[in-house]
This record gives sequence, structure tokens and C-alpha cells, in this order.
Amino acid sequence: MSIGQLARGRTPAPARRAAAHDPLLVAAALVLVAIIVIALLGPLLAPYDPDQLYAGAVSAPPSLAHPFGTDDLGRDVLSRVLAGARPSVAGPVLVVAVSTVLGVAVAVASAWFGGAVDGIASRLVDVIFAIPGLVLAVLAVAMFGKGLLAPVVALSIAYMPIVVRLVRAGARAELGRPYIAALRIQGVGSLAICFRHLLPALLPAILAQATVGFGYAMLDIAAISFLGLGAQPPASDWGVMIAGGQPALLTGAPEQSMFPAALIVLTVLAVNIVGARTTTWAEAKDR
Amino acid sequence: MSAYAIRQLAAKLGGLLLTLLLASIAIFFAVALTPGDPVTALAGGVRPTPELIEAIRAEHHLDDPVWMQYLRWVGGVLQGDLGTSFVYKTPVAELIAPRIGISLLLVAYAVVLITVFGIGSGILAAVRGPRTDRAVLIGTSIGVAMPTFVVAIVLIWVFGRVLGWFPVYGTGEGLLDNLYHLTLPAISLAVLYIAYMSRITRGAIVAQQHAEHVDTARVRGLSPSRIFRRHVLLNASPQILAVSGATIAGLIAVSAVAEQAFGVGGIGSLLVEAAARKDLPVVQVLSLLLVTVFVVLNAVVDVAIAIIDPDSVKSRRSA
Repeated sequence: MSIGQLARGRTPAPARRAAAHDPLLVAAALVLVAIIVIALLGPLLAPYDPDQLYAGAVSAPPSLAHPFGTDDLGRDVLSRVLAGARPSVAGPVLVVAVSTVLGVAVAVASAWFGGAVDGIASRLVDVIFAIPGLVLAVLAVAMFGKGLLAPVVALSIAYMPIVVRLVRAGARAELGRPYIAALRIQGVGSLAICFRHLLPALLPAILAQATVGFGYAMLDIAAISFLGLGAQPPASDWGVMIAGGQPALLTGAPEQSMFPAALIVLTVLAVNIVGARTTTWAEAKDR
Repeated sequence: MSAYAIRQLAAKLGGLLLTLLLASIAIFFAVALTPGDPVTALAGGVRPTPELIEAIRAEHHLDDPVWMQYLRWVGGVLQGDLGTSFVYKTPVAELIAPRIGISLLLVAYAVVLITVFGIGSGILAAVRGPRTDRAVLIGTSIGVAMPTFVVAIVLIWVFGRVLGWFPVYGTGEGLLDNLYHLTLPAISLAVLYIAYMSRITRGAIVAQQHAEHVDTARVRGLSPSRIFRRHVLLNASPQILAVSGATIAGLIAVSAVAEQAFGVGGIGSLLVEAAARKDLPVVQVLSLLLVTVFVVLNAVVDVAIAIIDPDSVKSRRSA
């Protein structure tokens, strides 16, 4: 067992046992697994072609043939919701992945080098922090045109500062610990210390932040699509579907908006519950 | 305020100006480097002749170096010249002026709701015993997953189709009618932040209730209501205030969603429309405006915290 492993302590078995006695966490995890499966297999699970128009059933109420009803063009809402899971989940996953990788790189570099690198990095982070994510996303759409690419790139940048602040603080604390000095004395290289000891120690906090970030990113991207700036009709993206179903709310066919909206809320709820537990676990591990 | 606190605030102000400067550079250059020739947009749909291109380039100083264009833009903005819309061909200031009032009213309305219900329910959860606490916890857990557009469609369905108590579209005439029309947009904007503020407030108060100085006050025999006001709430307020500032600042950006959902003709829906039509001068100015408000509000909150609790400046600095 290396010095690093000793310092970090073993995997907390009590945390795993607690999870088994936490029905809310189990339910949230099941919801997330279901959403991931739908996102991967969505179009295969759909009973109808999500883009097929059924002229005989325009804005039809839920029935056995169409359990979630049909939309204003006669498309099956259930099939569209299932097919829409993939773009609705892929966007936030990309945002979290890119902002986490960039954020961790900047944070570790500024904690490691300190001085001017740290100064420039924190000024950069301050400036990005001053531009709300939604504004940056709208700005990106104005520049590069409507679609999911521009908002995803913009939000990846907008979500970076919070990762940098969190990881930088954690990295500085970790680098101050005696075992890092011991590793250096042993002649372990900088990169090896970063990748084999520092990053694994920070991983719980990074994962907790990524989980919470996914929820926010999902809401932001859905908002952009709802505004008509993200995914474009006739795409079966959840945000687009909510906006598309808005007129039908007043004519008595609320399912068209409500089903995709409910899925977004359910996903974010589940992510928040898992995120809160991961945060508690990361904090417990820190002590 | 101590000399130390004043120095800290001066540093803060300098940082604020630097941040605004860098943000304005970022916004300008991002747009200046946008793919596509601005001449096409400025010509407004007609196929420009070489003479027209020449005239447009001269009129908008497009042949100047890009940093000259930046200085001209910032100088203009500081003097109230916000540029001209590509789409409407009117000054951007004339587009913003009639719309800014309704947006401010919407945000103010939402802020009142958030303060009353968010901080109020947070206090109740902290002091009213475990049953209230549990009820508020469940409510806020759902609330933090309810974004503006979801609340908006639920409200439009419930009030537009089922109940019909509040209008679900437009802004109305006159202040009272405006407020009436803005009720549902303000609620849709507020729900998520009410849940969030409630949690922060409860956490800040519970942390204070178990603090040593509160135990001391209890031992001294002070009345519970006095202890709560003077010792618990006052000491919890910096943290509550810090989060409120960031919340309100974020609200201004999200108000675009509420405006769009309920057909409110404010600057939020103007921004969305301008982005969709690539009306870059409008997008530039509105982004800069939102960023400025965001940064200034956060700074104002920092100053307010320093006045309430001068020690926090020092302790937060060293933390």
C-alpha cells in the first residue's frame, strides 16, 4: 500500500451500507438508470416513428393506441419523448464533461504552480463568473446560429469557474499534506503525483460537483431549446416539445408539454438526490 | 468601518471595474470575430452593390483596426450611444427604453415573492419544529427541480384553461394591470429561487441556533424573541444576503424565459429575438447590460455585508 493510499483511507464501507438503507437514493438511482437506458435505446423503444404524422389523430387525448396522446401535427407524444431523451441528456453530459476536464486542468495547474499562473487563472475565472450562463449561451447563438452546438460550448465555458474554485481549494489543501512532501522526497515525478495521488484524492468532490452540474446544465439547455434558440423543430428534444405543446395547453391537450416537462423534472430531481448524497460522501471522506 | 474594511472595498471596486472591462472586451471581440460579413446583415436583405458595400463599410468604420472599433463602441455606450439595430435600423436605445420598465417590474415582483416566501419558509422551517421542517424540506426538494419554463406551462394550463383567474399572455395597460399580468410570470420565475433561498435561510439560522453566543444569551435569560432577532437572525443575515445577491442577479437572465413563455414584451424577449435574428448590436448591448447589473449587484451585496458584519470581510478573506 502506497503512502498516498494510506493517507486517503479506505473506501468507506459504512457509506455503502447506508445507501442500501436509503430508499430515496435507490429510487433516484433507478430513475437515472431508466433515463440512461432510454437515452441509449430511445428510438428502438418507441412504439411509433417519432416523426410520422397520424392525420387521423391530431392533438388526440391519451388512449391505448397513443398512451401520451398525439401532438398538434398528429405525432405520437410517447415516441417523441422516448426519442428525445438522447439529445436532451447528451447536451448536459457534454457540458459537464468539458467543463470538468477544463476546470480541473486549470485548478490543478493554478494550485500546483501558484504565483502568476494562479493570478491569471483566478482573474479569468472571475470574468467568466460575471457572465450568467444563459446570457453566454444566447450570445453564442447570436454568433454561431441556432442549434445545440453553440449553447453547449457556451455553457461548458460558463460552468468552468465553479469547478475551478472547488477543485483549486481542494487541491491546495491536499498539496499541503505531508504525504505529498513524502512522495516528492521519494523522487516521484510531478505528473505521477498529480494523476496517481492528487486527482484520485479529489475525485469524490469532482464527481459530486459534476452530478449537481448535470442537473443545472439540463435545465439551462432545455430553457435554451424552449426559447427556440437550441434544438430546432421538428427535432424531438424535450425543451422543443414543451414549447411546441404550449398552444395546446389552452385547448385542453396539456400532455404534449406536460410529459416532456415531467421527465425533465424527474431527471433533475433524481440527479439532485444522488448529487446531495455524493456530496455528503465526499465531505465525509475528506475528514 | 475600519480602515482595513475600506481598503478591502476599494480593492473590490477596482476588481469590479477590471472585470467589467474584460467582460466588455470579451463580448465585443466575440461578436467582432463572428463568422459572416456584417455588411450582408447591414445591407438588410438586398444584394449589396460594390458602392453600397463601400458606403456601409465607411459608415460603420469596418475598415478600422478592431481595437479602434472596440474603443468607439465602448465610448459610445458610455455616452449613451448604443449603436443601431441590424434588423430594425433604429437606435438600440430606442428599442430598449420602452421595454426595460416592464422587465424591472417583473424582476422586482419575483424578488418580493422570493424574499417573503423563500426567507419566510426558511425561518419557519428552522424554528417551528420537525413537522414544519419536514414539510418545507419536501416542498423545497421539489421546488429546486422546477425551472421557470416548467412552472410556466403548469400555470398557463391551470390558470389559462382551468381557473382563469390571471391572464396568461401580454402585459396590460397601467401599473395595476401590469402587476396583474405579471403575477404568473413572476411566480414562474420565483419558484426555484424560493426553494433555494428557503434552504439557505434554514441552514444559516440552524447554524446560528447552535452557536456559543446564542447559548450565552439564553443563559443570560434574554427572551426567546429577542434572542432570535438580535442574535440568530442578525448573525445569519450576511450569509442569506450573500446568496440573495447572486440569486437576484441570476434572475435577470432567467427572466427572458418567463417573458417568452407569457408574451411579456421586456428586454429578455428582445434579447432572445435579437439572438434568433442575429441582430448583433442589440445582443452586444443587452449582454453588456445584464453582465453589468450582475456584477454591480454582487458588489453592492458585498458592501452591505461588510456594513452589517465588518468581521466577515476579514474572515472571508482569510478563509
